[in-house]
Amino acid sequence: MFREMFGGLRITMRAMMSKPLTIQYPEEQRPVPPRARGRHILHRYDNGLEKCIGCELCSGACPVGCIYVLPAANDPLHPVSPGERFAARYEINLMRCIYCGYCAEACPTEAITLGPRLDLADYKRERLVATKSDLLEAWPGFTPLRQPGAEGQGPPGSPPDPLGAAASHEGPAGSAPGVNPPIPRRSGPDRESGPR
Amino acid sequence: MTALLSASLHPQLAALGGGVNVPLTFLVALVKGVLILVVLLTTAAYLVLAERKVSARIQLRLGPNRVGLGGLMQPAADAVKLIFKEAAAPDGRDRFLFELAPALAAVAALFAFAVIPINQTICIGGRHGAGPLSAACPGGFALHWDLAHLNIGLLFILAVTSIGVYAIFLGGWASNSKYSLLGALRSSAQLISYELAVSFAVLGPVLLSGSLNLERMVQAQHRLWFVFLQPLAFLLYLTAGLAETNRLPFDLPEAEGELGAGYHTEMAGMRFGLFFVGEYVNMVVVAAIATTLFLGGWMAPFFFLPSWLGPIWFFAKVMLLIFMMLWIRWTYPRLRYDRLMQFGWKVLLPLGLANIVVTAVFVALR
Repeated sequence: MFREMFGGLRITMRAMMSKPLTIQYPEEQRPVPPRARGRHILHRYDNGLEKCIGCELCSGACPVGCIYVLPAANDPLHPVSPGERFAARYEINLMRCIYCGYCAEACPTEAITLGPRLDLADYKRERLVATKSDLLEAWPGFTPLRQPGAEGQGPPGSPPDPLGAAASHEGPAGSAPGVNPPIPRRSGPDRESGPR
Repeated sequence: MTALLSASLHPQLAALGGGVNVPLTFLVALVKGVLILVVLLTTAAYLVLAERKVSARIQLRLGPNRVGLGGLMQPAADAVKLIFKEAAAPDGRDRFLFELAPALAAVAALFAFAVIPINQTICIGGRHGAGPLSAACPGGFALHWDLAHLNIGLLFILAVTSIGVYAIFLGGWASNSKYSLLGALRSSAQLISYELAVSFAVLGPVLLSGSLNLERMVQAQHRLWFVFLQPLAFLLYLTAGLAETNRLPFDLPEAEGELGAGYHTEMAGMRFGLFFVGEYVNMVVVAAIATTLFLGGWMAPFFFLPSWLGPIWFFAKVMLLIFMMLWIRWTYPRLRYDRLMQFGWKVLLPLGLANIVVTAVFVALR
């Protein structure tokens, strides 16, 4: 009986002298699994056009209803997406989202996927509604498109920016709450009858 | 001031105190009381941190290490949090007893430390002699290193630890809650059973040293510590002492996860904090008594080591015993309540009695 009791104490003593397994977050972090569903990313094609065609299938598939898409017609001269529509406003309420990935499954062009960024906590509710400027991924490789001199073009070689997203875009960490790229006013039959 | 501090007093004042410098003694007692309070409460607070870190290491994780340097300010943060917590209380509670119980728990635990000496009596001026209490240092001032130098110190401790039982079942009863009541009943039954085991365990050193005066008991160990002469009593005392403080493996009354939280289920915020402090101070008291009675109190382990740092040795031994208590808590499973009671009455008590009989025979034959 005493041998078992001392054996138990020896096990815990050995554990006391072992190195702990704790990882000191956030100084050390574990690698995120490759298919982890974190914050959403709106993807682009290699030539800079956005994949999102504003079809709102993601919004319909979402079980929670946390995606808001405002489609608009593509300007044929400066298309944002290959197609007739693009998403003028694309907002996801990250607080309501359950990160199920149904939107990614529903998207016909693989525009919206869930990325690896899991550390989404914040102190203010406003900052947790991700707008298109937060979600749109940077354009990795690009061929320079011609669009001389337009103000708010972003870095030279970036695709034409009909919405002026680059102008109002302060970077993901500094986005003011609720700021959206200004929607150009256009008259004509394609215009959405919504705000602005 | 010098007249106050000088050992030779105005004859009438001296007659009042029976030859003892009363104002000086009172002043010294006040200082000692404050010191004990401060040191014990700080120790109890940091004991909570120590428990968290030791338990973390046993479970292969780090304990709190963010607040302060390596987590050292964690007790302060905990205290602040407890004070700010909403003191929710059940509706039908007995108001007076509900507030009294946590205070009583903390106070009873602190009380027992009043007679534990942490160093040899130092005689300032005069000749050092062995005699009755007030004349132990004829012509000088005897600086005792315990708050109250009682001839029946051990009996005082046994009596005061019984007061702790009141705190528990008053808290459970006054909470007007089933979980609390059950926890309190179990706990008080457990405590009074193991108090007998404690009493029998400490009777061994009493027989060997022939006195209940704690300082004399330590001095009786100057040749060999009682832990070597009374190993069974030492183990008995530690086991029963663990049961007295409601620590695992005897903590079913508190059984976090089985009984809500036992008798302090309904206590929020600082009330819970006081019970917690009481429990940890109790641990310190049990360790301190074990050190005094079995491990030679303030004496250095080997004869060639310097013995003049009495309090340091005492503190080190107490810390060692407390570490063992923490270690034991995170090693062993909990005893089921009926087995706990059987253990107290059918195992510890007979062993204690046997120990006393054998010790008495040896003492008589010596």
